[in-house]
Amino acid sequence: MSHSVELDHVGVTFGATRAVDDVSFTVEGGEFFSILGPSGCGKTTLLRVIAGFLNPTEGRILIGEKDMTPLGPNQRPTAMIFQSLALFPLMPVWENIAFGLEARGVSKAERRKKANDLLKLIALEGYGDRMPGELSGGQRQRVAIARALAVEPQVLLLDEPLSALDLKLRQHMRAELRALQKRTGVTFIYITHDQSEALAMSDRVAVMSAGVVQQVGAPRELYDNPATPFVATFVGETNALSCTVKGIDNGIATVETAHGTLTGRAGDGLSGGAAAKLYVRPEALKPKGGANRLAATIERIDFEGAFALAHGVAEDGTPLVASIASTELASAPAIGEKSGFGFESANAVVLPDV
Amino acid sequence: MSELYRRFGGGLGTLFLALVGAWLAGMVLAPNVMMIDYALRPNLPPSQLGGPNDVYSLDNILYLANEGVHRAIFFKTVWASALVAFITFLVCYPMAFWLAQHATVNQTAVVLLALTIPFWINEVLRTLAWYILLAFRGPLNAFLLSLGIIDEPVRWYGDGGVLAGMTYAYILFMLFPIYNAIESLDKSQIEAARDLGASTWRIHWRVVIPHAKAGIATGCVFTFMLAAGSYVAPALLGAPGSRWFTEIIYNWFFEGGDWNRGAAYALVLLVLCLAVVLVTLRIARVSLTEVAK
Repeated sequence: MSHSVELDHVGVTFGATRAVDDVSFTVEGGEFFSILGPSGCGKTTLLRVIAGFLNPTEGRILIGEKDMTPLGPNQRPTAMIFQSLALFPLMPVWENIAFGLEARGVSKAERRKKANDLLKLIALEGYGDRMPGELSGGQRQRVAIARALAVEPQVLLLDEPLSALDLKLRQHMRAELRALQKRTGVTFIYITHDQSEALAMSDRVAVMSAGVVQQVGAPRELYDNPATPFVATFVGETNALSCTVKGIDNGIATVETAHGTLTGRAGDGLSGGAAAKLYVRPEALKPKGGANRLAATIERIDFEGAFALAHGVAEDGTPLVASIASTELASAPAIGEKSGFGFESANAVVLPDV
Repeated sequence: MSELYRRFGGGLGTLFLALVGAWLAGMVLAPNVMMIDYALRPNLPPSQLGGPNDVYSLDNILYLANEGVHRAIFFKTVWASALVAFITFLVCYPMAFWLAQHATVNQTAVVLLALTIPFWINEVLRTLAWYILLAFRGPLNAFLLSLGIIDEPVRWYGDGGVLAGMTYAYILFMLFPIYNAIESLDKSQIEAARDLGASTWRIHWRVVIPHAKAGIATGCVFTFMLAAGSYVAPALLGAPGSRWFTEIIYNWFFEGGDWNRGAAYALVLLVLCLAVVLVTLRIARVSLTEVAK
């Protein structure tokens, strides 16, 4: 089993800027763990702290249950894959892959052999003597992964490594990374600002905003049970309706909105009379049925392929988005038409305003 | 060429070409042709110029080959210039690396200004400053004596003084090419090397120096050529035992009155220096166009 990574009240301050604020979570050994957040949220800083490039202002990093806070990156059982990949352009591919072994004093014959094994693993057999510049983006990506795996790390740290690739290649590499992680059993910590990437690949995801971890959970959990308004809006599309809480009964909150009285699951920290927002996903809004009904005038319908997004405006000006499966587009409301939507209480969540 | 005409039109384009041509012909080609011409003729009184004795020969060059003292000074100048280039490199590399990869914008500005200010002063005066610093009863000896590092004053003039003066004089010619080269190195490559467990030494040897190779070669070529052709530093900071080849050339011209032999000596120095540079670049696998950038 690979090492776990535990962050214990980690904080990083640059001058007057608080980049990371009191972050604590544990990544289990062998887990594919993502840190998701918009740019500037502190996720890269956090990764650099785990790698050892940056000393935290306070807190501890435990890798494999050992305190590694004072150790440098070359003394930690981690390997990092940089956003720019940082392949050495003047070394042939096999020397790139074997660089970590070279630094450990492994003989040349053994390095060559290990490099060839890894080239086989990433399906680039026979590419060892090429220069990195002669490879395509996806191939370079795989070489960077092989170079990191060559030192047999317990934890692999990936800093948005797919962001430079085009969509098709990115989707392909997602599957490949996931498969590689399963095969090697190495703990992956993956940084991304792309929520679909995080949801598709990860066992668990930490959502970060402004240096603070908002929620840690499995992708489904984040999507279905967002703990904060930020998670609700950042992970996936959602409709947010301002409301006042009238009462909470058995985990179901009854709220007063501009659209009348609605109900949804009550989130943490919700109290009666407080200002709140009710969040409901576009795919939870159905033309027919539902315990709660909303009305909106359809402004436009964006066709996305598998589904279409109907953008509407409620009477009070609140924008609403409903998702319609492509197979049901024929019976969809027309543009300019006033249309009703319904949702079940279980598919909506009410969170306190912050 | 057609790009030049397309951009500037016939008149201006032709003018530019003519200016470049005039420069090359008048400033580069003519002096060198004249030097070669002088070098291959004997030194004759004016009355015999153009006479039966005024024929081309290799006598002046052979004279250097057969004159043991001059020959020794010649080779010493070449290898000492290489040493100057090497020592200047050792001094500049760490500084260039720090400036390019670690220093803040303000630190870089201050250091570059501090390095540039001395160059606002004439080279002779700068060397004279070293002349004073290194004097037998000068500040350096006084300082070392007061610290108890030496028991009696040291005579710095000579090889050591020349080396110090030249290294100081050519720092910028080495620093800037290396600084430019290292600055273009992606910081994450250094981090990646460190992350993979490489020691500081290996990071430099395998990642930074290969990347900066062209810059290092440029700096070394500049410094080597400048050192080999230097006159002020050896004249002021040298001793009778540390004569530089340029001093011999100077003597032929202005004391021996034999311009032909002086030209021959200068020609040999030029050719050998060029050969050293080209061979070194070849070994380091750097092309001349990379150096010229």
